[in-house]
Amino acid sequence: MPANFMPTGTDYLRILPEIIMTVAGALIMLLEGLLGENKKRNLSVLTFVAFAAALGAAVAANADPGLSFSNMLIVDGFATFFRVLVISVGILGLFSATQYLKREHAESSEYYALLLFSVTGQCIMATANELIMIFIGLEISSIATYVLAGYLRDDKRNNEAALKYFLLGSFATAFLLYGIAWIYGTTGSTNLTAIRIALLTPGSERNVILAGTAAALMFVGIAFKVSAAPFQIWAPDVYQGAPAPVTLFMSTGPKAAAFAVFLRVFMTAFGPITSRWEPFVWSSALLTMIIGNFAALMQTNIKRLLAYSSIANAGYIMVAVAAHSQIGTAAAMFYLAAYAFMNIGAMAVITHFSRQGEKYVNVEDLAGLGWKQPVTAALFSVFLLSLIGVPLTGGFFGKFYIFKAALDSNLVWLTILGLLNSAVAAYYYLRVLVVMYMKEPGEATLSLQPVGVGIGATLWVAAVGTLVLGIFPSVILNFATASSALVK
Amino acid sequence: MTLLNVVIFLPLIAFLIILAVPKDKPEMVRVFSLIASLAVFVVSLGLIGPVWSSAAGTFALETNRSWIQSPAINYHVGLDGISLWLVMLSTLLTPICVLLSWRSIDKHIKQFFAFLLLLEFGLIGVFCALDFFLFFVFWEVSLVPMYFLIGVWGHERRIYSAVKFFVYTMAGSMLMLVGIIYLYNLAGTFDYTTILAGLQSGAIALSPVEQLWLFLAFFIAFAIKVPLFPLHTWLPDAHVEAPTAGSVMLASVMLKMGTYGLLRFCVPMFPNAARTCAGWIVTLAIIGIVYGALVAMVQPNMKKLVAYSSVSHLGFVVLGIFSFTQQGFDGAVYQMLAHGISTGGLFIIVGFLYERRHSLEIASYGGVATPAPWLSTAFMITMLASIGLPLLSNFIGEFLVLQGASLVYFRWTVFAALGSILAACYMLWLYQRVIFGKASEDLTHHMPDLGFREYVIIVPLILIMVWMGTYTRSFLTPISASNAVLLGPIDARREIHVKAVPRPSPILAAQGEFANAR
Repeated sequence: MPANFMPTGTDYLRILPEIIMTVAGALIMLLEGLLGENKKRNLSVLTFVAFAAALGAAVAANADPGLSFSNMLIVDGFATFFRVLVISVGILGLFSATQYLKREHAESSEYYALLLFSVTGQCIMATANELIMIFIGLEISSIATYVLAGYLRDDKRNNEAALKYFLLGSFATAFLLYGIAWIYGTTGSTNLTAIRIALLTPGSERNVILAGTAAALMFVGIAFKVSAAPFQIWAPDVYQGAPAPVTLFMSTGPKAAAFAVFLRVFMTAFGPITSRWEPFVWSSALLTMIIGNFAALMQTNIKRLLAYSSIANAGYIMVAVAAHSQIGTAAAMFYLAAYAFMNIGAMAVITHFSRQGEKYVNVEDLAGLGWKQPVTAALFSVFLLSLIGVPLTGGFFGKFYIFKAALDSNLVWLTILGLLNSAVAAYYYLRVLVVMYMKEPGEATLSLQPVGVGIGATLWVAAVGTLVLGIFPSVILNFATASSALVK
Repeated sequence: MTLLNVVIFLPLIAFLIILAVPKDKPEMVRVFSLIASLAVFVVSLGLIGPVWSSAAGTFALETNRSWIQSPAINYHVGLDGISLWLVMLSTLLTPICVLLSWRSIDKHIKQFFAFLLLLEFGLIGVFCALDFFLFFVFWEVSLVPMYFLIGVWGHERRIYSAVKFFVYTMAGSMLMLVGIIYLYNLAGTFDYTTILAGLQSGAIALSPVEQLWLFLAFFIAFAIKVPLFPLHTWLPDAHVEAPTAGSVMLASVMLKMGTYGLLRFCVPMFPNAARTCAGWIVTLAIIGIVYGALVAMVQPNMKKLVAYSSVSHLGFVVLGIFSFTQQGFDGAVYQMLAHGISTGGLFIIVGFLYERRHSLEIASYGGVATPAPWLSTAFMITMLASIGLPLLSNFIGEFLVLQGASLVYFRWTVFAALGSILAACYMLWLYQRVIFGKASEDLTHHMPDLGFREYVIIVPLILIMVWMGTYTRSFLTPISASNAVLLGPIDARREIHVKAVPRPSPILAAQGEFANAR
């Protein structure tokens, strides 16, 4: 422990993305009151600039990786990967929201500030090297997301979603915190490396049981955040009730950050007790895939369908975690990136299609979209095919790599059952394709306006991302593989 | 850039160009698709020479380039005597399908032709890929356009059929994916030639249990595609509901993806497991042959009848492969090609009839010979080829398969030959009910004879049927050479599971292969 607690310049440089976003968020809340009604639109530009700057800062910080703030934070390839990912999700969330907010007459800048804070929290989760920092990051991210979920405060569904998310979320966070307390009591530290060393020390057999309990408690908290079974109950209701662009954001960014925490904590701190948590993650992964995929078969509401699909996808990533190997970590990272693109794309189409008050959110409403707006429908098809796992898309390669990692770790049955699950999944994604291309256009499709700039940009970025990850996966994969070792 | 890469990527480029054409110019789309697909065909003619002149056991026109570094996935393609003709079949039938859909597709024209070319890209790729990952990519890529062709442009129950087709195939391919990844983890590569060599030399050791499971993982995926009884139920639905061009591509080329997979991957890579299971598989194949024929006989719907005849014919192919004899292998490949041409032809003729009368029911025809004699003649030749009349294409394939099977287990031949007899029954009966008899006033009115476009479609196929039935060597030579290589190591291990060793006949002994076998 260094005697001098004064942070150095390098410390600040390594946390610069978070600083930029926090300052921008605070600034936006101040300016909101000061600026005239017609200038408020510029705040979305400011948000974008802040995100872009944070993205640059995150990439720049990776040039000089290392620990900072007395080992509380760590900047390594893994952290950078997730920082870049969640900030990109933030940018796409911003793009798809501007138009939506105007449509719902809810254009106020709190939205942008909350978005910035939420991403800040996720960045801290990605860089945290210590349990208290993880908790702080998680809370910053979650509280902002709770508010976002209920953003349209006059809307009943929004209120329901926010309340449900908040109550269940706080409950789950309490578990996480309790787990942290246990681990501190057991090992005397909250630093991940120190915990690992404590658990590796000979003669810590009794500690292992206590640490196992702590791991189980923390698993509850994290499994809730990634919507893994049996803690997934909240996800469909919240994803369905929240405003579409929030669902878009919430089902990708916070999930990616929670998985970053999951991987880092369980692969480093709890690495020595892998044999204890692996069966739990194994069964949770299987259960998550089955519940997600089979429940999705029955859905008629497209937001709810994508919510269950999001649960199922969390299950695939859990398979990678269960593989508890370096390849597994890289596979999870890759899949989270691919999933972010394809899910954001799909949700952006819903954001565009649902119209004011989210009137059209049934699968059947999409009838004939393929012939009314061929380009939108074609991009949507790319996302759906990627979610199915058809080759040449990011979703396929991600799945391929996850199950390869699982087989490497001899999880043969999990692999077979997981892949058969994805054949089941094909059915409900195909249903959307069927409706889009094989049904006659209905009223919902005929009254559809052309795609706006914001959503259009989101769609194209997401589609290009999905295809690039599918055709040239090496771009991301090499980086993920190189940074999957984690500092232990 | 070898010629093969041109053939593979030309359809993809054409697909992208069609997407860019404005949708209010259907004529431009049609003409462009025709030119593009003809160009692919003409270029693919150039593939024959290099394959003929290449040494047996090697792949001609190989390209092997790194695509993804880690895990090491290569773009590795090449052709041998088996894949050559399957590629040619795809490139030949695509322009025919374009012509076939010239007028009969009247909505979303641009997308239809785009999907047709994308399908061609996938199909050609499947037959050329020599890297398992690449093979899987093409295998799945060909699924998507076919799904849309059935689902958007099909008949009444198209949606049900399209989804069933997709999910069925997907479930099978997922098992294959497990097998592929498992092999990779053992071998450290996806390369087919390397893995095959490793398995044969023992460098990649598989326990019998592992071999059995891997064999089954691949086999089920291929068996669904073939389709082998009892996994065939998607096929009648998909065939009947697809538009004519879709049925043709499905029956003529897509089903061969399954049998090609069996021949190229399943049997050579896991010979012991293949032999262990051969009895069961052959039984299923023979059930398929007889069952398909019997069910075809009672169909009131022409397309369904032809679809079930496919189940029967593909049973012969599987029988040939799992006889593990040179004749059986040769016959299987020949039957794949012959079935592609003759059943494709039958679907085309059913399509002609449908365009005239808008009905697929046999009962609504009768006496077509009077108003449309040339159509009836074309139908007759195609039908006779499908039955397996000597001097026409299918005869050679079926004969070789039956001969190969008889060398191993004579009873198989007896049962399988039943299928040939039944084929004559249902086909001749179909022909009689549709073509002969007295034509009603209404039918005569709506039944013009073949037009120019239709002649262009059907005449080349009929010529090929005759050519394949008479001058067999021009196709069989490279096939035999490649088959001999695939069969070599399996034949050598003949003692493993042969139920009966037949007496060597003087003819076979002269050919030399049977002498080795003993």
